[in-house]
Amino acid sequence: MQVLDDLWIRIAVWFRGLLESFLPPWAVQLTMDVLGILLLIVLGIVVVLAFTYMERKVIARVGDRIGPNRAGPFGIFQAIADAIKMLTKEDVTPTNADRWLFLAAPIVVIIPAVLLYAVLPLGRGMVGVDLNIAVVFVVAMGGIPILTMLMAGWASNNKYALLGAFRTVAQLISYEVPMVVALLTVVLLAGTMSTVGIVEAQASFPFALVTPVAFVVYMLAGLAELNRTPFDLLEADSEIVAGYFIEYSGMKFAMFFLAEYINLFMVAGMITTLFLAGWQWPILPSWLWFLIKVVLVIFLMMWIRATFPRFRIDQMLGFAWKALVPLSLINLFLVALVAKVLEPGWVRTGVLFVSNLALLAGAIAIMAQVARKREERARAAGEAAIKRYYGSEVR
Amino acid sequence: MQDNYGFLGLYLLIAIAFPFVALGVAYLLRPKRPAPVKSSTYECGLETIGETWVQFKAQYYLYALVFVVFDVETVFLYPWAVAYNRLGLFALVEALIFVGILVAGLAYAWRKGALRWM
Repeated sequence: MQVLDDLWIRIAVWFRGLLESFLPPWAVQLTMDVLGILLLIVLGIVVVLAFTYMERKVIARVGDRIGPNRAGPFGIFQAIADAIKMLTKEDVTPTNADRWLFLAAPIVVIIPAVLLYAVLPLGRGMVGVDLNIAVVFVVAMGGIPILTMLMAGWASNNKYALLGAFRTVAQLISYEVPMVVALLTVVLLAGTMSTVGIVEAQASFPFALVTPVAFVVYMLAGLAELNRTPFDLLEADSEIVAGYFIEYSGMKFAMFFLAEYINLFMVAGMITTLFLAGWQWPILPSWLWFLIKVVLVIFLMMWIRATFPRFRIDQMLGFAWKALVPLSLINLFLVALVAKVLEPGWVRTGVLFVSNLALLAGAIAIMAQVARKREERARAAGEAAIKRYYGSEVR
Repeated sequence: MQDNYGFLGLYLLIAIAFPFVALGVAYLLRPKRPAPVKSSTYECGLETIGETWVQFKAQYYLYALVFVVFDVETVFLYPWAVAYNRLGLFALVEALIFVGILVAGLAYAWRKGALRWM
């Protein structure tokens, strides 16, 4: 087991030894760094291929279909066929588009997505760089795609694209606030912003148990940041066709697609790291645990996508500002208060868990109450309108 | 510490190179046969009516304003959260007052209808 656990680190140490036999120390370090970075980028691409295939299979199975099954056994080469198609497809730039901005958007969108993997702890001792401000780094890099979406939507000179871009910006900036506050709760509990430190702080209890409210808020905000159902109204096919990347084709479209799935893995990885104890937990090798948890989180997201209808834009923005922001702020101070009063241990975790569940139940009850009232009001208004139109005797 | 940012800088360089390589390879492989109809704006087969770069809804601007307030707030709260275990009860009260003022701002925006989609 121990051998399996350090498998990748052992390979890296062995390879470094090999290099040291004929290279000066600085060249060894440089080569190792470059190889590590290339490995992380390749991991990103493999992840995209694997999860597009998985997504299509899962959605198909939920809808009682078979999904891709032509390219190779069980259709496993479907993603590779798609990649080849993307690479050899003609690239159309609309005549009316702002050419340079149109070209810049797909380039800028992929860079922060690729950079994010630097701080993701993939296993014990397996992290690109253990940055002491990793959480802020993730938030900062996560902010850049918002800009590129506006760039793409504006440059396309297409009304669907522009509408999609506006919706995206409104949605992403709204859900960034509860997401950042949920992250803040975790940082407060762990006492560090380093992703490795946060994983190590969850040795006894995963933070999903310590503060379920932050977990739920982060999960919902993560779905919104990824533009996935039920928050996918910026690329709602039935309303604005494809949103901000409607005019993109070929490799430029592939850049947006890559960034989307790389971010999917990143958000699932951050949920795993921040709330599900990352690579910790016994018996299996650390990197395998990480992968299992990430795949489970992504499966949950795909399940949600296959199950739920889409929000309307007013509902979506209202949910962010009127439900998630107050909830996450209350939770932050609840956690801060309990953390000040009680010492770390079973009692504190129990108190936090129970009070968080109570907070969540209260929030859901209030939301249900508001929804019921709103529905009653709408029904009364509708009946009044019918009465006005047909006269009082007709129902 | 310096090594960390050196690594990130190297990573940034390679990350910037990545889309150029990908788009460059696609440029060499793909067919190039532009046509006026092909590169017209996609609008479900119709010609675009009127100007696309129009004035946009002011509502988006209000959300952006509220967002800026809260995002700056959370940046100030991160150091507080990291050092929280070493700070006294006073830190909690201070943060409560700080967030309280901002929540009052949110409540004001809410009450004024800035968060209602029209």
